[in-house]
Amino acid sequence: MSSITIEKSASKGINDLLRHLLSTGKVDAVLAMRMMPDTGAWDLALVTDVKNLKELKPLAPVMTVNASQVLSNLSLSGKKIAAVLKPCELRAFVERVKREQGSLENLFTISHTCGGVFPLDLVAEGKVDRLLPKYEKVVSAGEIPSNIRDTCKACEHFIPMNADIMVSAAGECKPGEGCMIYLNSDKAREALSECTGEHGSAVLDSTSLEKLATARAREREKLFSSIEKDCSGLDGLVNIFGKCVGCHGCSRVCPICYCTLCDFESINFDYNLPYFEEHLARKGALRLPPDTMLFHMGRLTHMSFSCVGCGMCSDVCPVGIPVAAVFSRTGESTASIFDYLPGRDVTEEIPVMIFKEEEFPELG
Amino acid sequence: MNKEFKPRITSFLCKWCSYTGADLAGTSRLQYSTSIIPLQVMCSSRVDPVFLLKAYLSGSDGVLLGGCHPGDCHYETGNYHTRRRFALVKEVFESLGLESERLKLSWISASEGPKFARVANEYTEEIRKLGENPTRKSIFL
Ligand code: SF4
Ligand code: SF4
Ligand code: FES
Repeated sequence: MSSITIEKSASKGINDLLRHLLSTGKVDAVLAMRMMPDTGAWDLALVTDVKNLKELKPLAPVMTVNASQVLSNLSLSGKKIAAVLKPCELRAFVERVKREQGSLENLFTISHTCGGVFPLDLVAEGKVDRLLPKYEKVVSAGEIPSNIRDTCKACEHFIPMNADIMVSAAGECKPGEGCMIYLNSDKAREALSECTGEHGSAVLDSTSLEKLATARAREREKLFSSIEKDCSGLDGLVNIFGKCVGCHGCSRVCPICYCTLCDFESINFDYNLPYFEEHLARKGALRLPPDTMLFHMGRLTHMSFSCVGCGMCSDVCPVGIPVAAVFSRTGESTASIFDYLPGRDVTEEIPVMIFKEEEFPELG
Repeated sequence: MNKEFKPRITSFLCKWCSYTGADLAGTSRLQYSTSIIPLQVMCSSRVDPVFLLKAYLSGSDGVLLGGCHPGDCHYETGNYHTRRRFALVKEVFESLGLESERLKLSWISASEGPKFARVANEYTEEIRKLGENPTRKSIFL
């Protein structure tokens, strides 16, 4: 695989790369995380002027929105965009492309080995800057920081699956030893043929990431078994989702839940008096708003096989429900019955759009 | 086991096969379980997983989904999709530790009146053994 070695830290290296792409006109815009210079607050920014590039912090462990969501319309604008995506954002974008919610054609997808992101409450409290040095130390040692999102700790797909450009930023890359940039597509090789740095060929040394992989697998098992214990059977479900206030924030921020007219927010669920009377006659009492469990189980059947475990849903839940852990755990099961892995390959169709004539002989 | 317990089985039956099969069972004067509450749909694939979930969470003791045999769907491939979606709902139930036996998929053609009666009776018996769906009384769903 073609590679470029830049004698700088990964975060400086990626900024050089973005500058090169934008200033040579290879792209019209750059999408990446930014720290707002005046307030220190974080957002995802689309930059077209080279002078604004210095505000970007493309490798920062912050996800204010799953970037794949905002990338959908942008990717159809006809403009060339270099998008710096975390591996799960890239996988989510691939899932969206399969659902005709975007296109890879005009994009340069840039991704990196990922150490996980901070929960949004830490970001909102303005703690990122202070926590960053320790985070970087822990991550470059191939370990899991204790203060990242639960589902990040349990994420086994921290190496990007199909980015045009991949930057090594976790485990392999030691501060001060330069950073490696891997070019996975012709598009990337062409665009970066004149980028400064030592051009050569190399493959990601995944052995240096084995330690992290093992630690993540262990965390995944721990997280899933605690969910299995707490969220099992009707009582368990009521226990976990009983706190839900029905804001539907979890589905709004979910990159896979793309429907603008969600059925659960449609008139179908706008009940009238006869409906309530019928239920009250049977049960004597009714939870309002109704259909809490239907909403979560409905979403689980509609999309869990595509859940990338980004953790946005848990992060925005006002009552602290571990939505992402439940969804990635069930998602792993629902995907596995179809040998599916979300975001693996854009040509792999989503399981509900296809079928085999002979399958599931135990049903029907 | 409560002898009085009479299960309620919400049954989504496709117009072209399973519902016609149920009709045939009736016109042939075959006895079948009165637990079955038939609902006609145009095709088994019209049944979004959310319909099954709604029936389950509203207290149906069993939920039956009936369609044409694979290959015989009147919309050609509808029931192949039904089968995948049904597998998904079952898997969600299993991963959440819910009783997936409360969901059943069956292929019953328009000429299979006796099969319809048999499935109805056997499934009623299975659900009778399983007992009342705890969602019937739960108000926190
Ligand atoms: S974000 Fe939390 S409270 Fe809001 S609908 Fe989702 S689970 Fe319920
Ligand atoms: S369900 Fe939650 S964790 Fe899964 S993709 Fe959607 S927002 Fe991310
Ligand atoms: S018409 Fe019967 S399953 Fe489609």
